[in-house]
Amino acid sequence: MNISVRNSESFVFTAENMEWAKGQLAKYPSSRKQSGVMPLLTRAQEQNNGWVSVPVMEYVADMLDMPYIRVQEVASFYTMYNLKPVGKHVIEVCTTTPCWLRGSDDVVAACKDELGIGFGETTEDGEFTLLEVECAGACVNAPVIAYKEEYYEDLDNDSTRKFIKAIKSGELPVAGPQTTDRHKSAPQGGPTTLKDFCAVQGGQE
Amino acid sequence: MLADKDRIFTNLYGYQSYGLDAAKKRGDWDGTKELLEKGGEWIIDEMKSSGLRGRGGAGFPTGLKWSFMPRQSDGRPHYLVVNADEGEPGTCKDREIIRHDPHKLIEGCLVAGFSMKACAAYIYIRGEFVHEADVLDAAIQEAYAAGLIGENACGTGYKFDVYVHRGAGAYICGEETALIESLEGKKGQPRLKPPFPANVGLYGCPSTVNNVESIAVAPTILRRGGSWFAGLGRENNTGTKLFCISGHVNNPCNVEEEMGIPLKTLIEKHAGGVRGGWDNLLAIIPGGSSVHMLPKSICDTVLMDFDSLRAEGTGLGTAAVIVMDKSTDLIKAIARLSSFYAHESCGQCTPCREGTGWMSRIMNRMVTGEAELSEIDMLLDVTKKIEGHTICALGDAAAWPIQGLFRHFRPEVEARIMDYKKSRTAA
Repeated sequence: MNISVRNSESFVFTAENMEWAKGQLAKYPSSRKQSGVMPLLTRAQEQNNGWVSVPVMEYVADMLDMPYIRVQEVASFYTMYNLKPVGKHVIEVCTTTPCWLRGSDDVVAACKDELGIGFGETTEDGEFTLLEVECAGACVNAPVIAYKEEYYEDLDNDSTRKFIKAIKSGELPVAGPQTTDRHKSAPQGGPTTLKDFCAVQGGQE
Repeated sequence: MLADKDRIFTNLYGYQSYGLDAAKKRGDWDGTKELLEKGGEWIIDEMKSSGLRGRGGAGFPTGLKWSFMPRQSDGRPHYLVVNADEGEPGTCKDREIIRHDPHKLIEGCLVAGFSMKACAAYIYIRGEFVHEADVLDAAIQEAYAAGLIGENACGTGYKFDVYVHRGAGAYICGEETALIESLEGKKGQPRLKPPFPANVGLYGCPSTVNNVESIAVAPTILRRGGSWFAGLGRENNTGTKLFCISGHVNNPCNVEEEMGIPLKTLIEKHAGGVRGGWDNLLAIIPGGSSVHMLPKSICDTVLMDFDSLRAEGTGLGTAAVIVMDKSTDLIKAIARLSSFYAHESCGQCTPCREGTGWMSRIMNRMVTGEAELSEIDMLLDVTKKIEGHTICALGDAAAWPIQGLFRHFRPEVEARIMDYKKSRTAA
C-alpha cells in the first residue's frame, strides 16, 4: 500500500475523541483553552494514522480559537508531532550517550538491517518508520527503544531483531528489560536495598 | 549505608502495586488532614528545617522557594506546577516515582499546594512517558474518588485539583519558564526573569515549579519531621536522594541513598562495581549530562552531594551517575552530548542556537581527529561566549561537558588530532 492514500483531505474528531477532548479542556481555565493544543494535537495525530497534517492543525486551531500559525508553531516545535506520514509501526531508538555507552550502535544496526531502512525513513510497504530519538529517560535500562506506549529496555543486537520480528508477525512484545531477568530498574541479581519490600507481591501496573 | 527504615521510596522498583490501598499500607496519605491543619506556615517552616534542596538539578532550597509565593492572594489564583519533563541524559528517577509511587507525588502536590494557597497542581510529564502518564492519571482518579483531593480535600474543606499535562518531546520544557509557556499552549521557549514565576507564572498568576522528587518527598518529611531529614547526609546537603547509575557498571540501577555517600561506595554497593573493576574506570559524569566529567583520581574519594561536587568544579545536578570505563572514546561520548544540545536548543537566543551547532560540528571533527590543535582553544572560547549569555541555562549545559572534557583529558584530544595528521602524512 502506498502510504499517500492514507493522507486525509479533511479531519474531524471521532465522537469518542471529541468527548475526550472536552474532558481535557476542562482541566484549564475557560479563558485559557489554548493550553489544550498539545493534548489535542497528540490525540488528533493518533486518529490521523500517526501524523499531523494541515487539516489536523486547522481543525485543532478552530476548536481552540487559535490562529493557524500558532498551532503550526507548536506542531513544528515539538518532536513528537510527525509532520509527514509515518508507518504503522514507529520504532524510536535512543542513541544519546548513556544508551550509546551500553551498545545502542548494535541496536541501531539491528533495526536498520531487519527493516532495510535508515533513520527518518519508512519501509515501502508503509509498515515501519525508524526514528532516532534523544534521551528517552530510562538510562539505567539502556539501551532502549520506545514503541507505542512502552519502553523496551536492556536491548542488544539479538533481542532487537527478536523484538522487530515479533512486531512483524503481529505481536506486541512484552515491555521492560529484554535481555535480563532483572526487575524494572532494580539491579540485575536483585535489589541491594528494601529486600523486605521487594518480595514479589504481584506488582500491578 | 542508609537503613531501609529511612528510605522514602519503598516501592521504587515496583514490586508492589502503585494503587491507593498498597500506597496507604506503605504509609502514604496517613494523617494528611492533620498535616494540613497545622497550617501552611508550619509546612513551609518544616520544609525549611529539613534542608531539602531542589532535586531537579539546581539545588535551590525547596522550603524557601515555597515561601516566595504571596502570603495573600490579590485575586489571582495560585498554581503549583510539577516538572515531570525528565530528560536530562542519565536521569530516570522521576519515571520510577510516577509509575510505582504516584500517590507520594499526589499527596505531595496537596501539601505543597496547600502551603502556597494554590488552587491546583499541573503535573507536566514528558510526552514519551505514555504508560507513566496513564498510571499517574489512574492514581489521581483514585485520590479523587477517595476524597483525598478535589472539592473537599481530605475533609479539610480545602479545594484542590491535580491535573496531568503531557509534553511532546522537548528537553527545553524542563526549564521552568519554558515549561510554563508550553503549558499555556505555546512553543517551549524560556522567559526572561524577572518577573519570577512566584509573581508572574502560569497564566500570569503566582506559580511555583518543583521537580517530581522534591514534591514526592514532602509528605514523608512532614510526617517524620524536618529534623529527621536534616539528620541524614551532611550539613547543607541533607536527606536522601535517588541516584541513577548508568553506563559501564555491572548492574545499572536506580537506588535511594543518603546524600554525601562516597561515589565509589555508591557504585560498588549498588551497581555491582565498574565493569572490569574499579581500576578500569576512566571517568564519570556525576550529575546528568550537563555537568563536568570527573577523572578516576577524583572519583576515588569524592562525596555525592551538592557542595562536595561543586568543590571539584562539577555538580550533583540530578544525581545521574554516568560511568565510563577505559574502553570509552570520551571525545565521542561528549560529542554525542553536544549533538543532543544542538538538537534541543529552542532557537531563541543566538549564542545557543548558533553556538550549540558550532560546538557539535567541531566536536564531531575532534572525534576523528580532523581538526587543528589551535581549534581547541577556539572551541573553549566559544563555550565561554555561550555560557552566561543566554536566557536559560541550556547554553551553559551545552558548554560545560566540553569544558569538562578538556579540563581533564585535553592531552587525549591533542593526541587524536596528531594521530590523524600522521596518518594523512603517511598516506
